[in-house]
Amino acid sequence: MSLQVSPVPRLALPSRPKRRWRRREVIWAALLILPSLVGFIAFYAIPAVRGVFISFTDWDLLTQAKWIGLENYQRLLKDPEFRNALKVTFYYVLLNIPLQTVLATVIAVMMARLSTSVLIRAVLILPWLMPSVVVGLLWLWLMDPNIGIINVTLRSLGLSTIPFLNVPALAMPSIALINIWQYVGYTALLLFAGLQSIPGSVYEAASIDGASETQMFWKVTLPLLRPVMVFVVVTSVIGSFQVFDTIAITTKGGPVNATKVLNWYIYEQAFSRFNMGYATAISMVLFLMLIVISAIQMRLLRAGESDL
Amino acid sequence: MTPSAETITRPRQPIPWGRIAAWTALVLMLLITLFPFWWMLRTALTHPKALFINPASLLPVQPTLINFQRVLGLVDVETAVALGGTGQTINFMLALRNSIIVSVLVVVGQVTFSAMAAYAFARLNFPLRNQIFALYVAALMVPGVVMLLPNFILVRSLNLLNTFVGIVLPALFMTPFAVFFLRQFFLGVNREVEEAALIDGCDVPEVFFRIVIPMTIPALTTLAVITFITSWNNYLWPLVVGNKENVRVLTVALGVFRSQTPQGAPDWTGLMAGTALSIIPTFVLFLFMGRKILDSIQFTGFK
Repeated sequence: MSLQVSPVPRLALPSRPKRRWRRREVIWAALLILPSLVGFIAFYAIPAVRGVFISFTDWDLLTQAKWIGLENYQRLLKDPEFRNALKVTFYYVLLNIPLQTVLATVIAVMMARLSTSVLIRAVLILPWLMPSVVVGLLWLWLMDPNIGIINVTLRSLGLSTIPFLNVPALAMPSIALINIWQYVGYTALLLFAGLQSIPGSVYEAASIDGASETQMFWKVTLPLLRPVMVFVVVTSVIGSFQVFDTIAITTKGGPVNATKVLNWYIYEQAFSRFNMGYATAISMVLFLMLIVISAIQMRLLRAGESDL
Repeated sequence: MTPSAETITRPRQPIPWGRIAAWTALVLMLLITLFPFWWMLRTALTHPKALFINPASLLPVQPTLINFQRVLGLVDVETAVALGGTGQTINFMLALRNSIIVSVLVVVGQVTFSAMAAYAFARLNFPLRNQIFALYVAALMVPGVVMLLPNFILVRSLNLLNTFVGIVLPALFMTPFAVFFLRQFFLGVNREVEEAALIDGCDVPEVFFRIVIPMTIPALTTLAVITFITSWNNYLWPLVVGNKENVRVLTVALGVFRSQTPQGAPDWTGLMAGTALSIIPTFVLFLFMGRKILDSIQFTGFK
């Protein structure tokens, strides 16, 4: 029996079977990656290149696209709506990221110190698993000026009604609040996983040296968490710059353009005003901005180095 | 004797204020996370006519299932309108069906094709392997909005707007994330069994389907769940390519439902019933797969 399956005879003649096997290997590999490659070329590679071309055209989808060179990009420089979208988007990112990151860090440290319970982590991740459409609808209701529970509670405490999503000054902070609620638990879990990877011996050494809890946090935890922190911050910033769903459900860019972020402006230009070329040009600018901003962040946060 | 001796020798423990404060903060976080979900359910179970009676009540006012029945189209139009809903129902069942069709197709296609590609990248030697994989990884960094308009134009020129094929196509064959995720996983699998099978004369497909797939079912299931939830939650793409009612998925339908303000104000009880129903699949998956999802977050976070 062992004779039949014994590998020895094959191994005794390594050259020929191996070469034959390699050719088969390449054929099988080609067949295995073919579907994904087709999908990649059709829906990632070609669209990315095509996007650049579309951004050089004037195209309303109905008539032939007209090549206009850099005109869309020149128009961007003078477009007050684009400038507003840029301003509003940066404002959102600034409202969203610092608060979310600090809160997430606090939650992660608390979890690491108090409990690693799966239940706690499961609860914290729940909002992130929901469609942002559902989260938007839910908070629209919670923040309703008349009978939303937040304002009902505020009034019962003798405070005045807060028109969260209904006035320009509060709309963007409210959107930021909603998205922090949705993403803070996920961010905290990523940081928590990072904390778990810090060896306990480092803390032991620090406590033998007489470091206090606060000192340990600033001098041990944060520096060692930096690589994870960079990942978390860079990906959250990229995500924040593309905020869309929550705004589409709650404010639709209003009131008075207060929440008309870049993604909403792209959507509006493409699907309400049918300026495909111009909308694509804005998306290209957003893409370039994200590359530059990510690179700057990596630099500032010294992503490549490790303190461990 | 012993207890008293102990109290003498051991100094009295100070009250751990720091710990108490930290626990309080953590519990508060959990409450803030959970309360909106309770409020969704509480509103969905409140009678539409009773919504204004006691808006601060923590429990449903005049508890009823009528909102779920309304959303599911189980009451006639006049009753629905009388209760503050729209004449046209949201057609929840249709949207639910559409969401299921789209998400199941995406999961089956994406997981199968990505697993095949990931296995080739992890185990087989072929020309341009690293270059192709590098391209996939590069695509991982490209924000979705860059692909949105060119892909819309592509689907439109293929005459696939408002079809299921058009909605699922871009996610059907792969996402860079899925290939990346599974390749990492396959790389971590002990290859001795596979090598033994190859030496025994098995061919690549046999090894892949008979040995690798059964051994990596947990990872494939995890990816399937993540892919399902992602597809289920997707809004912008189906909004852009599939806004006709016959293919409209749940997220898009909820967006339309929100814009209908039949009697001046949104139909809050109906909306909350709709949102509560729409997240049931995610809840069920999370109930059974929660641990896997949590682990995968840590896994993908750190490669």
